Amino acid sequence: MTAFRVAPAASLALAALLAAGCTSFYEIGIETPIQPKLDVSSFQRVLVVGFIGGGSGEVDANMETVRLLRSQLRSRSQLNVIEAEVAPLADIVKQRQAEKAAAEPTAQPAGEPGESKMISEQELQEYEQIFADVAYWKKIGEEYQSPLIVTGTVYFAPITRSGIVELTSGESVDAFGRRQVGTVRRWMDRKGYALVPKLVFIDGRTGTTLYSESVREEILYDQSQNTPALSAYFELMDRYLPSFLNALSSQRIRGTRVLIK
Amino acid sequence: MRKRVLSACLTAAIALGAPGAGTLTARAAGAGIGADQDARSVAKAQVEFGIEVARKKLWREAVYRFEKAAETDPTYAPAWNNLAIAYEQQGNFNDANKAYMKAVELEPNNMLIRQNYDLFKEIYDRLSRRTGR
Repeated sequence: MTAFRVAPAASLALAALLAAGCTSFYEIGIETPIQPKLDVSSFQRVLVVGFIGGGSGEVDANMETVRLLRSQLRSRSQLNVIEAEVAPLADIVKQRQAEKAAAEPTAQPAGEPGESKMISEQELQEYEQIFADVAYWKKIGEEYQSPLIVTGTVYFAPITRSGIVELTSGESVDAFGRRQVGTVRRWMDRKGYALVPKLVFIDGRTGTTLYSESVREEILYDQSQNTPALSAYFELMDRYLPSFLNALSSQRIRGTRVLIK
Repeated sequence: MRKRVLSACLTAAIALGAPGAGTLTARAAGAGIGADQDARSVAKAQVEFGIEVARKKLWREAVYRFEKAAETDPTYAPAWNNLAIAYEQQGNFNDANKAYMKAVELEPNNMLIRQNYDLFKEIYDRLSRRTGR
């Protein structure tokens, strides 16, 4: 929004500057266009196939992430979103490893398929080998008419952190009738959640990885606050979504700058 | 926002007293440098028009005007600052970076320019990391 706005508080200083023959300035809204990270012009369809979820069992990271990304893509991208069953990728990897272990007795299986063992952040890396399986993804691509495939890992787990936190200590009114808000700094233990989505974009025509990105988001709450895990998950995903969407479509960052005369 | 504009205003006043700004003011005042004064006047007129069209979201025209101003008087920092903003709005990040750097070089103590550049740098650095530029 183009605007000529000078804060009233600054008007006195501005008037002084103008009186002194100073150059004036204009605050203006700009929208910086950010090009998409990926060229998806050759795709008409996108398949969010599934994720390998790790960490807390409080949230089904695979199901929730698929549901959320599909709905975001439906409303905010040009691609047709394929509605398909969510692939249990973790079980597929476990099954493969079990087969491999049976063939080679020295190989370590990651666990039984369907077993609800929590996968740690480090263990997730062992599962990532599936993303490099070109033949597997090409086969899925053929099944769904060569879409852009979105997959990856999603680690979501509770965390605790200790540190100095600034808190408001209540309001008071001073002798001039002005409202004052006091702050105190206190050492606190806080709990929260960490979310580490690693998204992999695969070309369904060739089965090769086009692009992948990983971020870490954390949120902390007061110990006394009882925030449901699912609510924290959505709060954290909300921070990550602009970056995800920018992989497929251009985004605009709104801001203000000052034009000078 | 109000605080930012106030601080920018005050720092601009300080910047006027800075050596760079002083030099420009002295130059604009003439002291026998008629050609410089003319160039500055022409550049200022282009900048003023550029601002008008930028406020109407006519950014292409604004780019043209600010380019003209910077070309006419390459020592006029506002022209480079405004040109950088117009480039940024158009997604021309490399040119925006160069123009901001030129503006900062000409008026290193101008906090308005610094503030614009800092905000731009946040985006530019992130994009540079992504593309390995």
